[in-house]
Amino acid sequence: MQKPEAKNAEVEKEMQIKQSVYETKQLNLWYGENHALKNINLDIKENEVTSIIGPSGCGKSTYIKTLNRMIELVPGVRTSGEINYRGRNIFDKDYGVEELRTKVGMVFQKPNPFPKSIFENVVYGPKIHGIRDKKILMDIAEKSLRGAAIWDEVKDRLHQNAFGLSGGQQQRLCIARCLAIEPDVILMDEPTSALDPISTLKVEELVHELKENFSIIIVTHNMQQAARISDKTAFFLNGEVVEYDQTDKIFSNPKDQRTEDYITGRFG
Amino acid sequence: MKLVDHTKVLQQMKSRIITNSILKILFFCATMFGLVVLGILFYRVLNQGIGYLDLQFLQSLPSRKPEQAGVYTALIGTVWLMAVVAPVSLLIGVGTAVYLEEYAPKNKFTNFIQINISNLAGVPSIVFGLLGLTLFVRALTLGTSVLAAGLTMSLLVLPVIIVASQEAVRSVPNELREASLGMGATKWQTIVRVVMPASIPGILTGGILALSRAIGETAPLVVLGLPLFLAFLPRTVFDMFTVLPMQIYNWTGRPQEEFQGLAAAGIIVLLLLLIVMNSIAVLIRNKFQKRY
Amino acid sequence: MWIKGDLKMSVHESTHQSYSVQKMIEDKKQKASATQLLEKIMPKVLLVTAILSILTTIGILLTLIVETFTFFEHVSIIEYLTAKKWYPFSDPGSFGILPLIAGTIKVTLIAGIVAVPIGLSSAIYLSEYASDAARRIIKPILEVLAGIPTIVYGFFALTFVTPLLREIIPSLEMFNALSPGIVIGIMITPMIASLSEDAMSSVPRSMREGALALGSTKLEVSLKVVLPAAVSGIVSSIVLALSRAIGETMIVAVAGGSTPNLNLNVTESIQTMTAYIVQVSQGDAGYGTTIYYSIYAVGFTLFLFTLLMNLLAQFISRKFREEY
Repeated sequence: MQKPEAKNAEVEKEMQIKQSVYETKQLNLWYGENHALKNINLDIKENEVTSIIGPSGCGKSTYIKTLNRMIELVPGVRTSGEINYRGRNIFDKDYGVEELRTKVGMVFQKPNPFPKSIFENVVYGPKIHGIRDKKILMDIAEKSLRGAAIWDEVKDRLHQNAFGLSGGQQQRLCIARCLAIEPDVILMDEPTSALDPISTLKVEELVHELKENFSIIIVTHNMQQAARISDKTAFFLNGEVVEYDQTDKIFSNPKDQRTEDYITGRFG
Repeated sequence: MKLVDHTKVLQQMKSRIITNSILKILFFCATMFGLVVLGILFYRVLNQGIGYLDLQFLQSLPSRKPEQAGVYTALIGTVWLMAVVAPVSLLIGVGTAVYLEEYAPKNKFTNFIQINISNLAGVPSIVFGLLGLTLFVRALTLGTSVLAAGLTMSLLVLPVIIVASQEAVRSVPNELREASLGMGATKWQTIVRVVMPASIPGILTGGILALSRAIGETAPLVVLGLPLFLAFLPRTVFDMFTVLPMQIYNWTGRPQEEFQGLAAAGIIVLLLLLIVMNSIAVLIRNKFQKRY
Repeated sequence: MWIKGDLKMSVHESTHQSYSVQKMIEDKKQKASATQLLEKIMPKVLLVTAILSILTTIGILLTLIVETFTFFEHVSIIEYLTAKKWYPFSDPGSFGILPLIAGTIKVTLIAGIVAVPIGLSSAIYLSEYASDAARRIIKPILEVLAGIPTIVYGFFALTFVTPLLREIIPSLEMFNALSPGIVIGIMITPMIASLSEDAMSSVPRSMREGALALGSTKLEVSLKVVLPAAVSGIVSSIVLALSRAIGETMIVAVAGGSTPNLNLNVTESIQTMTAYIVQVSQGDAGYGTTIYYSIYAVGFTLFLFTLLMNLLAQFISRKFREEY
């Protein structure tokens, strides 16, 4: 680990040069009458791991599901404001939601592989988007499974049903499935909360490797995890962003009293 | 002062317990009654019919002479009927189920469709025969044909398939749909590639149940004008035909003992057919149950 | 592996062609108008199939009503509803529906007398007394009873039940209401047993435990706690079963006879609404004759009976349903 001061100078420079991947401006969201997200302004940069922390019900899951518009599956949802993905407002009428989700992948809290073979699971994405060449599909499958650090465990049983894998393996399979369409951003909604500690560690290592090539936004209720793996952290409370900064600053020297209270365990 | 006299309570306790034991036996006997009747029915049918059941029986055409009569035309007719009912009822039934579960908004119209399906399930089968007579036999001039009968029976068993398919689609966990949509698949792609494959066992089981029902029905077919006695096979779906239950009905109505025996033999064939079909359904259900 | 950049490029292992998954997806999207078309059409196609079920109901109603109207051009509705004799084949004929209704009711009541006590007793046994293993064996066997084709039951009624009953009741005619009534009762017993057992099973265990803890016998728990708590489901199942009995055709056609009688006698030949329709359909009634239209009038009457019963069952189930 570099010394904090040296790291800060580097980081300041980076903040200026690095591209934004998701620029959220004045985002508000309502579930019917319930004002769930209030005036969110957040600038997430590329090739970083950004974690979103906060107590239950603070809006972090809601926020991440808004980023790929999965929140629209809930009836009665209304939004105002913009979310610009690489400069384009995702709420634009002519921005197809399928197109957005091809570039922004999602890993869910509970592993949700399809009741198909491991191979079919991984190549599901490329297949629906029209890629048919068997050699290319096999190549994509191997690459994605390697990228999810599970290739060695499944390479001899690619055509067996995915339900035969353990919980931790299933989650890594879901990550591989996500990698197969080679998205730009990967959203992770509490990806390890249903896993045992060893699988959790494996997934965390994976996140660290993946950030070379992907931008990762991860929601977690586990503060230690956020401190371990993320570059930047956003603290949500009651639907608002209370603080957003370098992870080590948030955890060692938070600016807001509420952040400090949460981190030190006074509530949450 | 105590309000509850415990000596009295103990006195009554004995008779209450005895009453409990007696009625427990009565309830058990009632439950066994159904099983006993089933046993008697099978025994009687087997007894009466096994003598008439041989290869010649299966291969012969019906005849006025009991020694020569067989169920060949009826069996083939039943197969023809299944061949029409299966695709028609599955297509319409599964389509309706997918619409109701995946696309239909939660409004009064959707509610109305559901209620309508439940009510259709309770309409006597003979009324479907009347509908078929007016609509398919006369109005669409299909005559008394495999097609008219097939369409009529498809409508009859439609509620069975719809309910079974809805169950099957509903039991596909939402997380699978979310995983597919999260990768940029469209709703229809998700239905075809994720929801349908996962719900096929339930749909198949429902389909076999519906077919079992269709095979055993007689009343609507009588109304449609199916002949009780037919000695030739249909060659197209527009031809006349007869089915196993009709043949059994024909033989049952004749006073001679030989015909009673023939009817019993026909019943054995029908029951065997149903047992085979339902066993397949159970096998399918068990095989795919293990996946989850 | 991946190469950095906006569009990730990959190198194929064997051919060393470079490709980018995202670019391939882009390209395919240009040509993917067929998918877009499907996406728009399919919901509409499926809606059409769903509407077919409504069209079926409309079809049934229209058929019955229109043809019944034609019938009432030949026969007055007063005669239909009040005349005491149903002699359609005589000249002049008498078209009073009451004898047919009487036949149907006789058979249905007998079926109810058989099915309700046996069905309920089975339900109580299965829900309150039987072990899990017993339930798992017995329930499927009851389902089998429900799945037997009605013509088989008809055969059974004619060749076994009627002769048996004639030994007990010598004055019993070959065709009567008693025999089909009993067999229909056996046929609908699984319906009552199964639906009532479902209703009773959904009564929470905590209620039973409360009663047992007070020293109740199992019988008292069943009759005084569970039964009352599940009554809406039980009553609704009985109504549904009776509705099924009303609409039953083959058993009465085979064992009931074809003599419509307006009386309370169950030992002589009768005819139900359903059996009449079968009789005419088997015969030579030409299209356009009064007799031809009479089957629609009778069918409509039958339909109204069962519709009312089904609506009643739904009403009872909904209005008195206890939410647990």
